[in-house]
Amino acid sequence: MNNSNTIALECRNITKTFGSVIANKNVNLSVKKGEILSILGENGSGKTTLMNMISGIYFPDEGSIFVDGKEVTIRSPKDAFDLKIGMIHQHFKLVDVFSGTENIVLGMRNKKFNIKKAQKEIQETCDKYGFDIDLNKKIYDLSVSEKQTIEIVKVLYKGADILILDEPTAVLTPQEITKLFNVLRKMRDDGKAIIIITHKLNEVLEISDRVSVLRKGEYIGTVETKNATEQSLTEMMVGEKISLDIERSEPQNSVDRLIVKGIDCFNSDGIKVLDDISFTAKSGEILGIAGISGSGQKELLEAIAGLQKLSGGEVIYHNPKTDKKENLRNKTPIEIRNLGVRLSFVPEDRLGMGLVGNMGITDNMMLRSYKKGKSFFLQRKEPKKLANKIIEDLKVVTPDANTPVRRLSGGNVQKVLVGREIAASPTVLMAAYPVRGLDINSSYTIYNLLTEQKEKGVAVIFVGEDLDVLIGLCDRILVLSGGRVTGIVDGRTAKKEELGLLMTKAKSGKENE
Amino acid sequence: MLTFLVSAIRLGMTFLLGSTGETITEKSGHLNLGTPGVMCVGASCGCFAEYLYFSSVGVFNINPVLAVIIPIIATFLGSALMGVIFCFLTVTLRANQNVTGLALTTFGVGVSDYMIAEATTIFSKGSKYFTAHLPIADNLGWFGEIFLSHGILIYLAIIIALLSSFVLNKTKVGLQLRAVGENPATADAAGISVSKYRYAATCIGCGISGLGGLSFIMDYLNGNWEYCIDAIGWLAIALVIFTVWKPNFAIIGSIIFGALYIVSTYIQGFSTEAKEIFKMLPYIVTVVVLLFTSIREKKKNQPPQSLGLNYFREER
Amino acid sequence: MMAKNENKTHSPLFHIVKREPLPWYSALGVRASAIILALLLSAVVITILTQKNPIEIYKAMFEGAFGSTDRIWNLLQQLAMLLCVSLAVTPAFKMKFWNIGAEGQVLVGGLATVSVMMFLGDKMPLPVLLIVMIGASVLAGIIWALLPAVSKALWNTNETLFTLMMNYIAIQLVAFFLKKFVKSGSGVLTPMPEYGLPIINEMPYLLNIIVVAVLTIMVYIYLKYSKQGYEISVVGESENTAKYIGINVKKVIIRTLVISGALCGIAGLLLVGGTNHTISTTTAGGRGFTAIMVSWLAKFNPIVMILTSFLIIFLERGAEQVSSQFRLPSAISDIITGIILFFIIGCEFFLQYKIVFSKHRKENE
Repeated sequence: MNNSNTIALECRNITKTFGSVIANKNVNLSVKKGEILSILGENGSGKTTLMNMISGIYFPDEGSIFVDGKEVTIRSPKDAFDLKIGMIHQHFKLVDVFSGTENIVLGMRNKKFNIKKAQKEIQETCDKYGFDIDLNKKIYDLSVSEKQTIEIVKVLYKGADILILDEPTAVLTPQEITKLFNVLRKMRDDGKAIIIITHKLNEVLEISDRVSVLRKGEYIGTVETKNATEQSLTEMMVGEKISLDIERSEPQNSVDRLIVKGIDCFNSDGIKVLDDISFTAKSGEILGIAGISGSGQKELLEAIAGLQKLSGGEVIYHNPKTDKKENLRNKTPIEIRNLGVRLSFVPEDRLGMGLVGNMGITDNMMLRSYKKGKSFFLQRKEPKKLANKIIEDLKVVTPDANTPVRRLSGGNVQKVLVGREIAASPTVLMAAYPVRGLDINSSYTIYNLLTEQKEKGVAVIFVGEDLDVLIGLCDRILVLSGGRVTGIVDGRTAKKEELGLLMTKAKSGKENE
Repeated sequence: MLTFLVSAIRLGMTFLLGSTGETITEKSGHLNLGTPGVMCVGASCGCFAEYLYFSSVGVFNINPVLAVIIPIIATFLGSALMGVIFCFLTVTLRANQNVTGLALTTFGVGVSDYMIAEATTIFSKGSKYFTAHLPIADNLGWFGEIFLSHGILIYLAIIIALLSSFVLNKTKVGLQLRAVGENPATADAAGISVSKYRYAATCIGCGISGLGGLSFIMDYLNGNWEYCIDAIGWLAIALVIFTVWKPNFAIIGSIIFGALYIVSTYIQGFSTEAKEIFKMLPYIVTVVVLLFTSIREKKKNQPPQSLGLNYFREER
Repeated sequence: MMAKNENKTHSPLFHIVKREPLPWYSALGVRASAIILALLLSAVVITILTQKNPIEIYKAMFEGAFGSTDRIWNLLQQLAMLLCVSLAVTPAFKMKFWNIGAEGQVLVGGLATVSVMMFLGDKMPLPVLLIVMIGASVLAGIIWALLPAVSKALWNTNETLFTLMMNYIAIQLVAFFLKKFVKSGSGVLTPMPEYGLPIINEMPYLLNIIVVAVLTIMVYIYLKYSKQGYEISVVGESENTAKYIGINVKKVIIRTLVISGALCGIAGLLLVGGTNHTISTTTAGGRGFTAIMVSWLAKFNPIVMILTSFLIIFLERGAEQVSSQFRLPSAISDIITGIILFFIIGCEFFLQYKIVFSKHRKENE
């Protein structure tokens, strides 16, 4: 245990690009033995990409990685194992029908296979670090935190000395987090080097020895945790405010259009993903939704669109035509549409949900409108006109209106999707990460479209990740954290640090399970 | 009654070999609908090898051991080769498994029929060596009749089934194979080569299935070729479902299938038409099992999760 | 085990990347060359097996398919029947529902037809009988397809295995029928042409061919231009998208399989009522399985399916001629068909992916 000052892993000038997107640019990082290093950064800051390069899933374009002072090439997860690097992914890599032990020994090399002996050894590892888990249970019978425990034990049992945990606390309750942190401390004291990716500042301050900050793919710096505060870390994470060139008009004749009252929602794993969410979306304004990804944004929009089952609360739509109030809770998309609710939704998963990748623009236009009319046959004339109009108005680059949209670039795909949703002349327009992966010009096209809609009196709900954009575009910004609303702020006066703090605010104590 | 049971066992072991092979294949995530073709090829390769062996050494110089070993090896290799074709198309060239499997069945039936047409349809001389059993069996009454009166392939079938069950459930290779079939992405992340496992499992599985075809001709039919091995193949696939992907269950399951298939000929008082209804039973019970497991929605006893799906690592 | 370790520190020799879709002429070129390669390989196989000039053999195949008016009629009839079953499975496949139970669905359709012929033939006037026959065969096909469809919709039961089992239940049902109702006990039912579908102009197969031609166009239009066809495509492409726009996925599954089963029923009707006028367990003749390949190779396009089913029927008819002319076992046709199918199945890979050889790259300096 006296080796606590030697460097276990070091990355020098790592650069990785995906097509034209720079995921990591000249990133430097080091972690010592017997140390917990936090990596902090917003979504899309390149944390996971970096970790994937260390664990052999991607290969860096440039730069080098050193383990124990020696330069290494990590081409596959296997190479990473051999270097005693173990990663605990956010999405567990477990075989459901196997027991914990079976999952742990899976892929073990150079050891005689003896599951009984292995089980004993694994149990010893568990006891050493204080894991309390039944190794004979099948994975499908385990809770999320138990699955995570299995993942950690797996990595430890394989002899990892460098552990990487990708947002390990995202799925855990406060009690479980406390337990996990105790385990992590024990492992640190045992001389392991631990890298933990997280968004939550209080956790960073609680658990880590040093913090490295990434922002938009770039390495910002590393500080000793004891010299850091939530304030100073947020500043590093969000950076200087950048003014965007978005013209923001004052909302005109705003009325309450969509009133969400205390909605709750559980996902398929039985985790509460929306917890007592209430807000009002007004006509003629853009309501931004900020939050670390996975804080419930997706579920919230899907709940409003009729794609998620709610276990509590109400979604009230105020129809401007009839002046009636409709409750949309647990109605299907079709039922919602039949109520005369003009709700448009640009989902996060463009090609997997919003569009059909193998269909052309014309056929994708029909997704919303094909049912119109009594005819047995499709009416392609109108959609075709619409397709051509969108191609022209939004400058979609495509050979023609029949080219499968899968073949278009991300920006053009998004123009098609947003164009279609706007063409339905909605009264509520929801857009989830509409500029993700888009270049600057396409992004501005989308911003302008949203603003245009707002000026037409549409209630726009915009889920974004770039705080500069949220502040520059939205009239009000609602912040989600862990499925709860942690604040609603005015977009004109909001500060990035303020949003950053709200986004990383830990769940409050009252938790189920 | 006794002869009925013995017959059921003999036919059942044909199904058992077929289904053990298919189970191993399916455990790797491959739904090989080419199994009927594979069993045809297996049978014909074995018979053809026997024919060649007999005609090369002459009927009076036959070595009984070789007369058994040569066809078994030929069958295994011929069927495994079918597995190679299947894997090359589905793993290497990423083709659809169902379509490939069906094409494989067409091809296999053709190859097999051709080979037999070139040789002969009577292999009773060879069959003798396959049905030979220990002489003491005859002196032990019903016990000997049921347990000891069988030819080598019957015991081979049981040994292979038990061995497969052991390998699948108790060894590292089996664990990794099941991981490949359940969740190839996880297996891949754990450093297991999905392609290698799928190739190996499918080829070995096909080899074993092929032995089922050989057993059908050489043992059950006493060497009289019949052009209906593919029907046995489909039953073998049904048996995999019926025994919820467990080769050790399949030992009993196969005897039940064999019994259902022939029961009508042994019980007096059944009209000929009722026999056809009895032959329907294996398929019906399979459908019931299939329905039952899917309705129950339990994680246990389900098909391998990625059954029928090809795996490619995400490319960026 | 193997010498795999040497790869460890090198980048792999090549890697596979998805390619931009090829223009149609290159795609056609790839497929055509696959067929040509397959024919070449088949030629080699045949030459080895028969020691005959392969050109002779292909000439014989051509003869067998087109050699006389009778043969052409025969070819068209076979083509029509295969195409009909292929049309039936296509809507289901387009929805990614693996209906490999067409064989059974066709058989029960035929069984329904033959039952009507047998039991009602002398009890009603022919036009009424025909209507009852159509209704019965379609209904039988639907029931056979509906069981797996409903299970799939309700409990997500594996449809490949379910439909597969249904085939053999159908076969046994036919066997039962033949044993039960054929008085002679031979299990062979004497044809009953007197109750068959009408014959146009003394050309026995013409009606079948016309019906299938009409069906082809109808299925094409249904899939491409109807709202229901559109829903099928959306569900097949992405269930998530279907839910997003509010399609009732279960309803679409069931409705589509009703259509699939009905078309199979019609195929059974044409085979029994319009061709054989009797039934046996092999009446469907493996078409249920071949149809899957026909439909898949044509990328579920009914018009292209005319070509793919023609290819397969041509091979079958041709090979039959080859085997009789050169005294080869008729199984040779299955072998050739198999080889050609392998090549066509395999060539799809080269349409979707390309192999990139990596430049040599020095590592671990």
